[in-house]
Amino acid sequence: MSLEYILTMIANNWPMFLRGAGMTLFVSIIGTIVGAIIGLLAGVIRTIPVPENKSKRIFLKLVNLILSIYIEFFRGTPMIVQAMVIFYGSALAFGIDMNVTVAALVIVSINTGAYMAEIVRGGVISIDRGQFEAAQAIGMNHMQTMLNVVLPQVIRNILPATGNQFIINIKDTSVLNVIGVTELYFQTKTVAGISFKYFEPFFVACVLYFVMTFSVTLILRYFERKLDGPENYSMTGTKAL
Amino acid sequence: MEKVIDIQHLSKSYGSHEVLKDIDFSVKKGEVVCIIGSSGSGKSTLLRCINLLEKPSGGQIIYHGENILDHKHDIHAYRTKLGMVFQQFNLFNNHNVLSNCVVGQVKVLKRSKEEAETVAKKFLKVVGMDQYVNAKSKQLSGGQKQRVAIARALSMEPDVMLFDEPTSALDPEMVGEVLKVMKELAETGLTMLIVTHEMEFAREVSDRVVFMDKGVIVEDGSPEQIFNNPTHERTKAFLKRTIK
Repeated sequence: MSLEYILTMIANNWPMFLRGAGMTLFVSIIGTIVGAIIGLLAGVIRTIPVPENKSKRIFLKLVNLILSIYIEFFRGTPMIVQAMVIFYGSALAFGIDMNVTVAALVIVSINTGAYMAEIVRGGVISIDRGQFEAAQAIGMNHMQTMLNVVLPQVIRNILPATGNQFIINIKDTSVLNVIGVTELYFQTKTVAGISFKYFEPFFVACVLYFVMTFSVTLILRYFERKLDGPENYSMTGTKAL
Repeated sequence: MEKVIDIQHLSKSYGSHEVLKDIDFSVKKGEVVCIIGSSGSGKSTLLRCINLLEKPSGGQIIYHGENILDHKHDIHAYRTKLGMVFQQFNLFNNHNVLSNCVVGQVKVLKRSKEEAETVAKKFLKVVGMDQYVNAKSKQLSGGQKQRVAIARALSMEPDVMLFDEPTSALDPEMVGEVLKVMKELAETGLTMLIVTHEMEFAREVSDRVVFMDKGVIVEDGSPEQIFNNPTHERTKAFLKRTIK
């Protein structure tokens, strides 16, 4: 092993690494965003207060049951196994020949959605009852309360957990190499396979993964500060004595 | 005079515990009514039942000739007619002072943003908070928060204002500024229903005082009558304990 070898290897294979890193970022960004949307929807539905109307109550129970099954199933099985089941299963059961990239996006999205649903539910529960009551007292319904008062606060509060999920996705998309997604781990393995040298390519991959996750951390911190707004406020008009 | 809210045989239980027992009570237009009584007497629950933050177990709430406990009734539209001020202020944390007073008008009453802001500023001026439109809830003192909360409720231009112990969570030095605002509102002829422990204030501003104990209305009369010549033993005992 030498520094010289690593540099030559990078010089010869950088498009492979770059494409791999690009794919990793693409799948994890889309997966996190779609997953967050699924999580928000599921979280809002799971916190709807029990309706008075009987048929509505039964319908809501049914929806909640389906959501629970979804969440428990996808949190409770490894993504690598889900990837195999969904990718090969869709071909076997429905005769759909899934594009691997589409398959990757679907798997990461629904997996993230299951985790995010619980994160959002926790976020909604943590909002003070008084916020809900004040919104209801001025005549807002559940949807208006959620959109205008609760969710903006929930989103701010779950941003660190969402960042965590994003970072986990960047790393865990590596398991998608089992269905042939050309993400960073897959590309690194290919580079290593050509030269039969393993340490150097994976060392480079290691650095690339860290650069990606750390950049995400920094960007999200910046967003958190943005969302918090300025510490000070300006008075308008003249202050009465 | 016309009754704004007429409550008949209202009851509320949590399991087997009966918090409100067969309450008959009404508020007329322009009246200022204070509800007094010791903690746990059911006065806050009564107020919260009126705007349905608590679901009554039985009885009727008649508003404009209609029983709003009928399932068909639109409770969201009804609530816009009742302004609520909470003990813990409950300003929306994600909105600044102005948008706290604007969001309900725009989203629920479907007013334009311009109109809503004009209305909001008018009421923020009434409570003396018009200079703080850009401030967030966490940047205000308790008294300031409560005054904004009053402006938020007024901005919906309700028929009745409900106050649930509006000064109980305040530092003593801030109680005065909130009571002053409420006193000014009472003088404008606004219909107000106030749950309070401020006896001096109740005596001064109310047209009527209601004394509650153990889930029932024990005595209901003019401030002079309740404070100077209470007829029931329980009222006498309560006043003796609270007024030094």
